[in-house]
Amino acid sequence: MALDKEDVVKIAHLARLQVADSEIDATTERLSSILGMIEQLQAAPTDGIEPMAHPTDAVQRLREDVVTESNHRDQYQSIAPATEDGLYLVPQVIE
Amino acid sequence: MHSQTLKALSDALAAGDVSSQELTQHFLDRIKQHDPAVNSFITVTEEQALAQAKAADQRRAAGNAAPLTGVPIAHKDIFCTQGIKTSCASKMLDNFIAPYNATVVEKMADAGMVTLGKTNMDEFAMGSSNETSYYGPVKNPWQTEHVPGGSSGGSAAAVAARLTPAATGTDTGGSIRQPASLCGITGLKPTYGRVSRWGMIAFASSLDQGGPMTQTAEDAALLMNAMAGFDPKDSTSTDIEVPDYTASLTQPLDGLRIGLPRQFFEQGLDADVGKVVQEAIAQYEKLGATLVDIELPNTHLSIPAYYVVAPAEASSNLSRFDGVRFGYRCKDPADLEDLYKRSRGEGFGEEVKRRIMIGTYALSAGYYDAYYLKAQKVRRLIKNDFDEAFNNVDVIMGPTAPNAGFKLGEKAADPVSMYLSDIYTISVNMAGLPGISIPAGMSNGLPVGLQIIGNYFDESRLLNVAHRYQQETGWHAQLPAAFA
Repeated sequence: MALDKEDVVKIAHLARLQVADSEIDATTERLSSILGMIEQLQAAPTDGIEPMAHPTDAVQRLREDVVTESNHRDQYQSIAPATEDGLYLVPQVIE
Repeated sequence: MHSQTLKALSDALAAGDVSSQELTQHFLDRIKQHDPAVNSFITVTEEQALAQAKAADQRRAAGNAAPLTGVPIAHKDIFCTQGIKTSCASKMLDNFIAPYNATVVEKMADAGMVTLGKTNMDEFAMGSSNETSYYGPVKNPWQTEHVPGGSSGGSAAAVAARLTPAATGTDTGGSIRQPASLCGITGLKPTYGRVSRWGMIAFASSLDQGGPMTQTAEDAALLMNAMAGFDPKDSTSTDIEVPDYTASLTQPLDGLRIGLPRQFFEQGLDADVGKVVQEAIAQYEKLGATLVDIELPNTHLSIPAYYVVAPAEASSNLSRFDGVRFGYRCKDPADLEDLYKRSRGEGFGEEVKRRIMIGTYALSAGYYDAYYLKAQKVRRLIKNDFDEAFNNVDVIMGPTAPNAGFKLGEKAADPVSMYLSDIYTISVNMAGLPGISIPAGMSNGLPVGLQIIGNYFDESRLLNVAHRYQQETGWHAQLPAAFA
């Protein structure tokens, strides 16, 4: 299926990706070509076929509800772009 | 020394013919001398490597060496390495120093292996030519104007150029096997769940699987002995026993039933590649195998199904890269949305953005059933085809890739034509089966690989079948003249 420019702008917003205005046309064309290839799926008869999420159809293992991790906050925050007093900093959200 | 297999180096270390420090220095020197021509490394960890080598020599002197102790290896830059840059070949992670080791890295280190560095790859493992790397493309050591394949192109090129005896790779749609084929080395994608994914930066979690890239099947078996196994930290890792993969390498192949899927030998397959694969299969007949024609009728649907499932999972997995906790952050964000959008827009490359958008679209309201659910149903059809085939055969053989290495830039402008280079490998990931690519011949001076696909957790048989061929033929021992 072919996308139009508005579709691409909306998808980019949903994915929180900045796409420059100058790239919208080329992006629209390439995404449409990929979706055109994907369209072949629609012809496949899949009535009564169970969707497959995992190759060996395994389910999640359960474990005891106990603490397994120690505190790594300082170590993990040492590679963050901006922190203060153990918190991650982002631009102000609430006035 | 560098042309030796990992097995031979392991034996030389055990016999005291060479020390790990000598061996490590030799490969570090080779990387310095030859890597500028192939660009297979993103980071070389010289200091750490020499320290690990010293520790390995001490461990051996103390009498508690394992078979791999002191042998150098390189890790694909998708595996987290504590204290060492782990970039996934993306600007997004150019400043990311991993705070912990991936389980695979930890297991290799526990075995006493020496990490030479981190290898180049397609950005976030999305690509089949290694051209999407933020650090520039890897060149095929056989002909440097050709691609090495991808996404584990750095690992494949480094082993082919003998800059490391072995490397790790990951395979989501062919990313171990296709570059192994294009660079003339041996690459094994294990069964989904056989090797821990913990600390391996996720692309498509239901498809990703790490594995060894080596000169020979015997070397891959040695690495698998240390790499495979249950990991409680990976919720999709499978808790079944790990066999000694070296134990059955030399089993005779009398009576082996080889399935030849008609769909792997039809249009789209390069004539030279087809001829090389047929000759390899003839060799197997000489070794006592019988050939069985089989059908994998949904092969043509594996690429469209993959390009829904993998991007959908990627769009979810890559949402963690938001410019807040680690990785790239844009300059002077106006507000939080601007921070997200510009950090991601500037930090990700074109192909990664394309796949995130395809995945976002496929999962968006109103399209889920038509795309994601449909693709998951087709995925089961693909798996059912293999289950049916394995009722009558022991392994399946065919080409790994439809062509030998294409030229740099040749397919860069057309994503769909690039995607088709994984036509024979993707269905194996969709089913979760193990597959191996081994060198089987040449086409115009470039290597061609034979792919062998096995049943679930039948890696021992794959390695046995590959090893027997390598005992009779010399393709795996060839190396490009410029790197001799």
